[in-house]
Amino acid sequence: MIEVHNVQKSFNGNQVLKGITCTFATGKCNLVLGGSGTGKSVLLQCIVGLMQPDIGSITFDGTIFTNNKVQIRQEIRRKIGMLFQGGALFDSMTVYENTEFPLKMLTPEMSKEERRDRVEFCLKRVGLENAGNKMPSEISGGMKKRVGIARAIAPNCTYLFCDEPNSGLDPATSIKIDELIHEITHEYQITTVVITHDMNSVVEIGDHIIFLHKGLKLWDGNKDEILNAQVPELREFIFSSSLVRAAKRVEETSGGGLEALANEPLSEV
Amino acid sequence: MVKTFGSFILFMQSMLTRKERVRVLWQRTLDEAILIGVDSIFIVAIVSAFIGAVTCVQIAYNLTNPLIPKSTIGFMVREMTILELAPTITSIVLAGKVGSSIAGGLGTMRITEQVDALEVMGINSASYLVLPKVVAAILMFPLLVIMAMGLSIFGGYLAGTLSGAMSAQEYIEGIRTDFIPYNIAFALIKSVVFAFLVSAISAYKGYFTKGGALEVGAASTGAVTNSIIAILIADYVLAAVLL
Repeated sequence: MIEVHNVQKSFNGNQVLKGITCTFATGKCNLVLGGSGTGKSVLLQCIVGLMQPDIGSITFDGTIFTNNKVQIRQEIRRKIGMLFQGGALFDSMTVYENTEFPLKMLTPEMSKEERRDRVEFCLKRVGLENAGNKMPSEISGGMKKRVGIARAIAPNCTYLFCDEPNSGLDPATSIKIDELIHEITHEYQITTVVITHDMNSVVEIGDHIIFLHKGLKLWDGNKDEILNAQVPELREFIFSSSLVRAAKRVEETSGGGLEALANEPLSEV
Repeated sequence: MVKTFGSFILFMQSMLTRKERVRVLWQRTLDEAILIGVDSIFIVAIVSAFIGAVTCVQIAYNLTNPLIPKSTIGFMVREMTILELAPTITSIVLAGKVGSSIAGGLGTMRITEQVDALEVMGINSASYLVLPKVVAAILMFPLLVIMAMGLSIFGGYLAGTLSGAMSAQEYIEGIRTDFIPYNIAFALIKSVVFAFLVSAISAYKGYFTKGGALEVGAASTGAVTNSIIAILIADYVLAAVLL
């Protein structure tokens, strides 16, 4: 479980995070939802330690991460797997080497054979067992994301962070990536935090969702509750989505209205 | 300026704290040594051979007094080559080639979040990425400078003898006259200092790149410019202190 308490962050006097407090549960896909510029990525960077919050604390399974000793922060970081927006694969390494890299660096006690078995398992898990010899420049955006996931789970991560995993992907590939994240989270019982502004992801994997707006957490709940939320900013965000607008049109033409749609769990839509 | 210098010192410090395993760093250093050293042999060889040749021809052109022996040309080529041309010009050439490569590579890694990926894994990116480059540069620059010295003097020999400015015997006599071994040590000390400056400054510029492709280009340009300025300042300081 990851606990975020009163995290605040400013840049040149502009307060991007205005005291975020939330909890990300283990074994669930926790979504941080919000429009562009609402502080989602800054929150993620504060949680994984790429940025220091000005005020507030972050705790990983009871161990304080923020402002703790370097060694303790290192130990926590070694349990973190992260899928970056662009994949962040190492250009000079093949898909296999990218997946093997954290094992080589973080688990020197592993033998070459053990590493090979683990890499092959992870690549197979993300459906890339035949792409090991390819360079990152030779694979598609969706494959890069899958390699990113394989690299993240290779060292048996306890926490998985995904920064907009669907950005730049077609809807079908997006759904596959979402499903993969969801499966891995439940299969390995890890704490997953997904930063997104994609309503499709809410439908697919939103076990727990927090909604950020202008640096504030305005709402939290799950995918079945989100349409009933009475937060105007959240409703505006949801109903500006093409998916929901289309669903709304369908509902309206078939006799139902917006309220009828809102009363249905979104996963049913 | 002071803030940048402070930031540079902290960057150097971060490179040395929380180091990765020696085996990993050594392997990385060997890889970098190939990129910095072996891949630079051709350009250094061409530049140094021609500089030696041109130096010889121009000294011969200016040395018209019949009272000065022709062997003086060889002597002057050797002195200029060892003291200044080989270490300084080679380092300036390497600042262009290696410096831009280091800054461009690290800058690209920064903007594509590869550096962040290392940090999130709990790997000290400065130690993993930068320390091997600095060590490899410190190991390879002196070797390239030694090669440049030899080729430069050989270039002078070819130019001098083939142009008929002097005989081979006169040139060899000149390069053997009043040889001071300390000058070689001085040149190698310079090359080590220049290696550190080029690799560290370029790494600093690349590591802290922000933005996109344009900024990576700007970081490379800045790395080369700053490295060359640093080389020239260090060249003067070392000459004033050590000679």
